[in-house]
Parts: sequence; structure tokens; C-alpha cells
Amino acid sequence: MSTNQTTEARRGKAPAGERVADWADGRLGIYSLAKANMRKIFPDHWSFMLGEVCLYSFIIIILTGVYLTLFFHPSMNEVEYHGSYVPLQGQLMSEAFNSTMHISFDVRGGLLIRQIHHWAALVFLAGMFVHMMRVFFTGAFRKPREVNWLFGFLLFVLGMFTGFTGYSLPDDLLSGTGVRFMEGAILSVPIVGTYLSFFLFGGEFPGGDFVARFYSVHILLLPGIMLGLVVAHLILVFYHKHTQFAGPGKTNNNVVGMPLLPVYMAKAGGFFFLVFGVIAAISAIAQINPIWAIGPYRPDQVSTGAQPDWYMGFSEGLIRVMPGWEINFWGHTLVLGVFIPLVIFPLVLVAIAVYPFIESWVTGDRREHHILDRPRNAPTRTAFGVAWITLYMVLLIGGGNDLWATHFHLSINSITWFVRIAFFVGPVLAFVITKRICLGLQRRDKEKVLHGRESGIIKRLPHGEFIEVHEPLSQDALHTLTAHEQYEPLAIGPTVDENGVERKVKGSERLRAKLSEAYFGEESQIPKPTVEEYKEITSGHGHH
Amino acid sequence: MSSQDIPEENLPAEQDTHGAVGVADEKNPFADPGLPPHEHRIQDVDERAAKRSERSVALLFTVSMLATVGFIASYVAIPADESVYIWPIGHISAMNFALGMTLGIALFTIGAGAVHWARTLMSDLEIADERHPIEAPPEVKTKVMADFKQGAKESALGRRKLIRNTMFGALALFPLSGVILLRDLGPLPGDKLRHTLWSKGKLLVNMNTNEPLRPSDVAVGSLTFAKPEGLEEHDEDFQTEIAKAALLIVRIQPENIKDKQELEWSHEGIVAYSKICTHVGCPISLYEQQTHHVLCPCHQSTFDLSDGARVIFGPAGHALPQLRIGVNDEGYLEALGDFAEPVGPAFWERG
Ligand code: HEM
Ligand code: FES
Repeated sequence: MSTNQTTEARRGKAPAGERVADWADGRLGIYSLAKANMRKIFPDHWSFMLGEVCLYSFIIIILTGVYLTLFFHPSMNEVEYHGSYVPLQGQLMSEAFNSTMHISFDVRGGLLIRQIHHWAALVFLAGMFVHMMRVFFTGAFRKPREVNWLFGFLLFVLGMFTGFTGYSLPDDLLSGTGVRFMEGAILSVPIVGTYLSFFLFGGEFPGGDFVARFYSVHILLLPGIMLGLVVAHLILVFYHKHTQFAGPGKTNNNVVGMPLLPVYMAKAGGFFFLVFGVIAAISAIAQINPIWAIGPYRPDQVSTGAQPDWYMGFSEGLIRVMPGWEINFWGHTLVLGVFIPLVIFPLVLVAIAVYPFIESWVTGDRREHHILDRPRNAPTRTAFGVAWITLYMVLLIGGGNDLWATHFHLSINSITWFVRIAFFVGPVLAFVITKRICLGLQRRDKEKVLHGRESGIIKRLPHGEFIEVHEPLSQDALHTLTAHEQYEPLAIGPTVDENGVERKVKGSERLRAKLSEAYFGEESQIPKPTVEEYKEITSGHGHH
Repeated sequence: MSSQDIPEENLPAEQDTHGAVGVADEKNPFADPGLPPHEHRIQDVDERAAKRSERSVALLFTVSMLATVGFIASYVAIPADESVYIWPIGHISAMNFALGMTLGIALFTIGAGAVHWARTLMSDLEIADERHPIEAPPEVKTKVMADFKQGAKESALGRRKLIRNTMFGALALFPLSGVILLRDLGPLPGDKLRHTLWSKGKLLVNMNTNEPLRPSDVAVGSLTFAKPEGLEEHDEDFQTEIAKAALLIVRIQPENIKDKQELEWSHEGIVAYSKICTHVGCPISLYEQQTHHVLCPCHQSTFDLSDGARVIFGPAGHALPQLRIGVNDEGYLEALGDFAEPVGPAFWERG
């Protein structure tokens, strides 16, 4: 039998799927790829699904967005409305608004797709926010994942702007007010502000260009960049492998969980449909952005209670509570009342983005970390994170000051002052309180390790005293509660070397030692129980 | 100070030796006991339970198919303008509700089926995979550095400075063309932000009725919006012009006007101010007639119209500009010129 015949014979027998795979392998090398990845292990934890929520809502946004482009006209030409929504008939509006009306009333299912697109955008950004916080509080951003942290952060920021340009497209009264707000903010930039504004809007506000310009930014530029970032983000997740929480059998050198095929694929694939299904159902019952009730944009009209989507709320808060400072000099105006919020806006975001690099500088730790921290075991980081969230939330409250005022019958004045004070005091308080709570929890863990778990059983001792019986922990639990690492504060070391020559201690070195003390000094962590302590106590009880 | 200078004993791996793992002879109570033994689920041992799971999954997938049929049926059968009452939401579009719910159910049940299948019927044995350091081993690094040196040497980039410098120059300059191309994104501001459509003799036209205003049309306690005569909604630049020219008019008893210039620029207590908030440009829309305060609904800046429209609350930085008005021979309100200062948000060149 010649070799030729063997191949012939085999080809005849192999199932069709295998033959297709063979074909692809010969061209793309898929077998080697599958060998490394098909049974790749994914650890399971509910919080690991947050990233998936983001990915899936992103896919949903792209699918529905492409559908919307089939009907949406990104033009600001004024037309008279003649569609099927009676109250607006005869009214002047831009083609953008007109076509969004058409999508909402005359394209069957168009309203649903619009609502899914918008709801998915809200879920996408909320998902990214919570996912980012998960990564932050568990220390998952540590080496080797710092770059992926930055990718994720960029996705969040770009997502905000994609959302903003998106909800500005229908050119309705609400979003137009938001665009005006943005134009006012740009005008406040010293020296170049008016030029930036004229270039962005093709002249004076609102002009006839911004919808078309926002459109290409919204559907092409930003999503294109984001798609690239999402792919890079996922490749890195695959390459680094997932982190995991400490536990029996889990080390820094392994990853414990279930294989991609079949379990993870079924769960993750199924989860996509769950997310899509829930968003579709929400879009069926909860109306979002009913532009017909808001009306087309007119620069001289406004709807009350104008609010941006939630992810822009904190910038709204900044601009609302800032005092209206303006400085006039030599024929120029420095519009601090608007420009300062415009500067703080990115700074708030950058503060959380650079944190991982500050922490790694303070610890000087260059090892890879694949075991997640429990937030309590990194009190300073956790406290910083909570302080940041507090700042964010205070600004969100400021962004909705009129809503708070009407719902709770408060005066705008007192809310504004509350936000102004809380802007400075809130994060500090949050920091101190969080740190104390973390230390309390650490102490409780230590108690548990050394004295066991409270069993709820009360025992009466021979001399009449009542005590609660403590059950010793299993070795699994003992290991899990003591697996975390504890750093020692960094000492500057002797400033005089052995020859008596004084060594210069740089300012940065001193700062670092101070920070290290703040992170890992006695005030900032409870030393975890040692084996000796454990043995002494358990042998003291005698009966284990 | 770079990270290398960290004394090794500050890193936890080093500290651990005197803690958890140090005890040699006796068993370490904190040691990693290894993966817990696998516990069987009921579906692993009881075939009847497994069959039940199988049927649940199949049922979910079947519901999905039915929901998709329902989706198509709703698309065809429901008129686009029909509304239904759904408790507790109220009246909503029947089409939107039916399509969204059927689509939602069709998708959700696929997901629920897949997840249920994975959780109850697929192996739940936990497996451990090795990790490998991301960093390349030293040999690899040495090889890469050597390759790079070789490549750099062969290019002679370091030696032939002239090539290097001119290349950097060329690469640095060419993006300028791209920047230059952006120039025509818009015209230069010039003094456009300083002028509006208002000029001497232009009548104040009521925004609602599109009729020129007479003093008698402006009642005490009411807020009237006006635009300059000749500006019509159908005009091509209507939006851009009204964004600067929009006017709000109120009537205040002249003796209640505290600001001298305001009184001079008014007519029988009728004062005209720019409607565009000086904060970031929202139109002002709320008027409190007792106090003569107007409020911007965007960020609650409040202006006192009886006192030069100065800011009494909120983030706005300066007063609303006033338009000087009078009455022409035929008894209509008219502007006596343009605004004396730019309207709307402040900007660098405003001064
Ligand atoms: C990646 C993140 C994206 C976010 C956060 C986002 C968000 C939004 C939002 C909030 C709206 C307003 C919807 C409304 O209520 O009317 C919108 C409109 C729109 N989006 Fe997106 N979008 C994204 C990507 C895309 C993509 C990739 C496309 C197309 C390929 C797209 C196409 C559109 C179109 C055509 C509209 C206007 C139609 C309308 O408003 O009904 N979007 N977007
Ligand atoms: S625009 Fe009027 S208060 Fe901000």
C-alpha cells in the first residue's frame, strides 16, 4: 500500500469536523493553539464575572450600534417632522433627531434596539467601574498585571466619552444641553479655549457640524480603539492566567479551577446570553431617553432636571459646587469657576489609575503576585480605595443636587455646602474609618485562628462560670486565614557607613520610608499569628 | 533609589521563614493541606437526578425556541403604534414590550440552560495548572540583547550620526502636515463671541407669538422671551444666532430697581437681559416674581434682576448682560444697540 492510499483511506474515514480542523491546522496552526488553551484552567469566583459583564455588554453595544447606523442620519439640517408621533408634528428639528424619532416610532423593533443600546451602555460603564474596584481592592493590579490595569482604566475613560458622544447624537433638548455644558467648559480653558471650541464645533455653538463629528468619533474612532484595547486586555488575561484567592491547594505557582472546555466555555458562553437577556428585558419594560417627550434641541430652551448619564455625574457635581470664581486682568478672563473643575475631572480619574505604581514603589516588591489579597489584609490600600470612592460618590451627590433637594426637601444651598465640605473631609474620614475596620477584621481573624470559631454552644464550668465553646478551625481554614504576606516597614538604614562617612539620604528615600511605615508600621497591620503562638495556646487548652 | 536597593529581608518571602514554615520537626498547623477531596454532586451518583437535570436544560432550550417564535409573531402581528397597560409600569408601546420580553426570554433561557448544564452535568473536578514566570529566563534575555546589539551595529545608526539626526528630523516633522490639515475644522474666533444680532433699532419680537412687543404686552410678574426682529426659525443659522441673542424680559416697578445703570437701560421698568446663563450657557427659564430672581435650571445659578442681574447664588461667575432698550415712534420696544459685553459663558479673551 502506498502512502498516498493511506492518506486517501484516512481521509475517507475521518469525520467532517476533523477534516475541517485538519485543513485549518495546516494553514493556521490551530492544534498548537488549542493544545495550550482548550483545557486552560479558570478559577471560579463570583467577582470574576464582573469583567465578563463588561465584555458582553460591549458586544451587545456593537451589535445594536451597527443596527442603529442603518437608520440614523448624522446631520443637523433642519427638517419639519411628519412622522407618526402626533404631538411633534410640524415641529422643526435636525435630521439627527428626526431619524431617531423614525427609529423609535416607525422602525419596528427600532425603539427596542435603541433602548438596548443605551441600557447596555449604562451596564457597560457600571460593570467596568465595579470590575475596576474588584481588581483594586484585591490587589490584582500587582505585577505582572499593571499594564492590564492601565488598559482597563483606559477602557473606562474612553467608555465615558463614547457614551457622552453617543447620547449627544439624537440632538435632543437634554443632550444638547450637555453639549452646551461641554462647550462652556472648553471656553474656560485659558488662551486656547475659544479656538478649541471653534475647531470642535466648526464655528460658533451649536453650528451645523457637531453631530456628524461626534458620529464618527462615536461609531468609529473610540469603539475602534476600545476594541483593540479589549482584545489586548483579554490576551493579557489569558497570558498571565487568572488570579485566585488563597485557599487549600492554591499557591502563587498554580491556578486551580475548571478547564475552558467544557465547563468554563459553557458558563461564560451561557453568561453572555444571560446578560443579553436581562438587558433586553430591561429595555422592554424600563424606558430610557424618551427623546419624543424631551423634544429637539434649541439653544434657548431647556428642560428642568437636566442630568447626564450616571457616569458623567461626577463631572456635573464638580461644576455645580465650584464657586464661580473669575479673574479679570489685562483684558483677559481666567474662568477658574469652570476651569478648575475641568482640571480636577481628569485628576480624580488619574488618582486611581496611578495608585498601583505608587504602591509598588513603596513596597519595592518585584515579585509576581497571583494570589489575591483580602481587602482587610491591605488596610492602607483598601482605605485609599474607599476614600476615592467616597470622593466619587460625594461628587455624584453634587451632580444631582437638585434631585436631592426636591426629593428630600432640602435647600440647594445646604447641599452645595455639604458637598463642598465633604469633598475635602469625606475622603479623609473614609480613609481613617476604613483602616480601623480593616484592622478590626484582621484582629478577628487572628482571634479565630488562635481560639477557634464561636460555636454558639454555652457550657457551664464546674465552678459555675458560663463559657462559649470555641471550635478549632480546620487546617483548610487555618491555612486560608494565615496565607497572606505581611511586609515589614522599610528602614532607611544607617546614614553613616562603616568608615564614618555620612551617606546622603535623598528626599524621595525619606518619603518612601515614611510611606512604608504608614503602610506596614505597627499602626497599620496586626501581625498575623505565628505557629509558636498557636502551639502555645492550643497546648495550653490541653485537650485538642 | 530603585527597587533593587530594597533589603531582601523586607520582602515577605524572607520573613516567612521565621513564621509559618520554620518549624521543622512538628507538623505546621498553618501549612497548605492541598486541594480538598472532590465531593460528588447528586447528579454524579444518581442517574435519575442527572436525567432530571438533563430535562430541565432541554426545557430551557425549548422555551427559548418558543420565545423566538413569539418574537417573530409579535413583529408581524402587533401594530407599531399600539400601546398596552402593563402593571405596574403603566401604558407602554406594545411592540416594544412584546419584542423585548420575547427576545429577553429567548436569550436568557439559552444562558440559563447552558449554565445549569455546566453546573450539574459537566465534571466539577477542580484541576491545578502550573504557572510559569512571565519574565524570560536570563539566557533568553542575554540572547535578545546580543541580537539587538548585532542589529543595531549592522544598521550603523550609532556611527552614522548624520543619517540618524536627519531621520529623526524627518520623522518629527512629517506629522506636522496632519496637524496643519486640522486647521479648517473651524474659522478663527475673531470677535464673533462679542457680537449678537442685536443692533440699534431692532424690534423685540415675542418668542411665542412672533409679534413685536409693545410695553403694554409685558405685565408685572411675567417672564417674556424675545428674539431680534428678522430672525426666523427657518433661517439656516437660527440655532447659532438664537444661542447668543435670546432675551428675557420682565417688568419691575422702577422704584424697585436698585442698580442705576439698569434703570437707565430699561424702559418704564421693563428690563431686557440675555437669557443665556453666564456659567456654561444653559438658557435661564425660571422666574420668581416677588424677589425678581431668575434661576438657571442647569446648575442653579440665581441672578437678581432688580440689581443688575448680579449672581446671588450658584456657580456663575458674573452678571447677565443687559440689553439697552427703548420705544420707537410706533410704540414698539426696540434695542438701542448690541449687548455691551459678550453673552454666555466667560472665555479667555472676554476681559
Ligand atoms: C463602545 C461603547 C458605546 C457606548 C458606550 C455607546 C453609547 C451610546 C448611547 C448612550 C447612545 C444614545 C442612545 C439613545 O438613547 O438614543 C448611543 C447612540 C448611538 N450609537 Fe452608540 N455606543 C457605543 C458604541 C457604538 C458603536 C460601536 C456604534 C456603531 C457601530 C454605535 C452607534 C450608535 C448610533 C448610530 C447612535 C444614535 C442612534 C440613536 O441615538 O438612536 N454606538 N450610543
Ligand atoms: S449653566 Fe446656568 S448654572 Fe450652569
